[in-house]
Amino acid sequence: MAAAGVGRLRRAASALLLRAPRLPARELSAPARLYHKKVVDHYENPRNVGSLDKTSKNVGTGLVGAPACGDVMKLQIQVDEKGKIVDARFKTFGCGSAIASSSLATEWVKGKTVEEALTIKNTDIAKELCLPPVKLHCSMLAEDAIKAALADYKLKQEPKTGEAKKK
Amino acid sequence: MLLRTAWRRVATAAPAAPGPRAKAPTRGLRLRGIDLTPQSAVPSDAATALEAESVLRPLYMDVQATTPLDPRVLDAMLPYLVNYYGNPHSRTHAYGWESEAAMECARQQVASLIGADPREIIFTSGATESNNIAIKELEAAIQPDTSLVSVMTVNNEIGVKQPIKEIGQICSSRKVYFHTDAAQAVGKIPLDVNDMKIDLMSISGHKIYGPKGVGAIYIRRRPRVRVEPLQSGGGQERGMRSGTVPTPLVVGLGAACEVAQQEMKYDHKRISKLAERLIQKIMTSLPDVVMNGDPEHHYPGCINLSFAYVEGESLLMALKDVALSSGSACTSASLEPSYVLRAIGTDEDLAHSSIRFGIGRFTTEEEVDYTVEKCIHHVKRLREMSPLWEMVQDGIDLKSIKWTQH
Repeated sequence: MAAAGVGRLRRAASALLLRAPRLPARELSAPARLYHKKVVDHYENPRNVGSLDKTSKNVGTGLVGAPACGDVMKLQIQVDEKGKIVDARFKTFGCGSAIASSSLATEWVKGKTVEEALTIKNTDIAKELCLPPVKLHCSMLAEDAIKAALADYKLKQEPKTGEAKKK
Repeated sequence: MLLRTAWRRVATAAPAAPGPRAKAPTRGLRLRGIDLTPQSAVPSDAATALEAESVLRPLYMDVQATTPLDPRVLDAMLPYLVNYYGNPHSRTHAYGWESEAAMECARQQVASLIGADPREIIFTSGATESNNIAIKELEAAIQPDTSLVSVMTVNNEIGVKQPIKEIGQICSSRKVYFHTDAAQAVGKIPLDVNDMKIDLMSISGHKIYGPKGVGAIYIRRRPRVRVEPLQSGGGQERGMRSGTVPTPLVVGLGAACEVAQQEMKYDHKRISKLAERLIQKIMTSLPDVVMNGDPEHHYPGCINLSFAYVEGESLLMALKDVALSSGSACTSASLEPSYVLRAIGTDEDLAHSSIRFGIGRFTTEEEVDYTVEKCIHHVKRLREMSPLWEMVQDGIDLKSIKWTQH
């Protein structure tokens, strides 16, 4: 009886392993310092690097991190009248993974509404870029940058305050 | 016993010195593969080997981490790897005698580089083991008030030379033991253990174009410095470090020391020139670059520069065809920035922006020029991507900003 149970368990485990997507051996065993080609791609072929006019009412600017920590991200979004993000720009002082995380964040927020953009999670960013555990904080900072930009935009939309204070 | 001494006399008469000066190997981007899979002793099939062949290797600018074997050192070692493979502690046959002779010759070569007596050199597995032996002496203190000063001769991160002679003077006048980790200094700057009043010194093989896995500790005999052995066993190396001495490795270390003694002056001159070239080119082409470490008391082959507003690891990623190192937190396993830079009072954001360039015996002018060109190009590019650079260009004082602590 126990043997049958063990056999079933083993079959289920092997079925799970066979069905799970197999990453090539090199990626699995690669040390944290070996840059994933997706991370390198964001630096070599940068998209959305730059700045939007931060004084504009439709632009939300998020500035997170600190130079003393070695990580600073500035993420800006441009939102149209319908509440949809039509453009996004970023600038980052940080490692390759930080640059890639913020770059990916700008790609993902484009075309989303302000509410949809709030649902972007750092775990999705980390999974997409295959970030090793030691670099997970980079994806967290990118998520914070998105939220900070959205918060800044919302603040600007409030009729009383008018122009948002520079952070 | 008579036979053994006769052997030794014969063997030392024909010195195991390296042959005529070999031509330095040609460098540059070579078409050999970067093979990340563990090598097996059994040859694998041709297909995967071919795949590995088509990748170019980066330039090597990280000599503080490790150095390639000088071909003259390899020449000296090979016979002891394939032919003269005896255990140097075997007293009863020619294999042992010839290995022992080679070991003693190597000991003399190491000793003469630092002005020591060969009886004061103990072979170890590296500078780390030597450091441990030296520090353990503190725990095995004979007198209750014995103490030890331990200082690096040349720092491996910023290349600063410590005032060893002055420290030695103070220690000997106060009757305090003086240990120095000379891994980055031996064979690169002149050292004399008697002149500098050094009691204990750690030497590393693979930092001076010798093999990995070998080093030595210098232990002064007059006045006697007592150390506790770290490992016990057959009592080799005067009981201070049991274990068979690896003849090929120590022959390599000896040869590396001898070659270093010959080449020291020339290497220093050439490396200084290359270092000057690198620093000048970078400083004149890029603003806001800081050199870390005292510029006067500095070993030229280790250059640590901070590129403001650019993070170190991103620059290393950009300079993917040059092997370099950084003092940034992102590159350390612990996410802590370099303790050395923190200790010299570098601003934390500059500590995250530091890159170490290592120039060695085999670095060419071409490699330096290529590295400088790529570095300038990528620093400019990364500054364009940096919010800090943008703020500074707009005239904002970064120190006035209240950052969000993450």
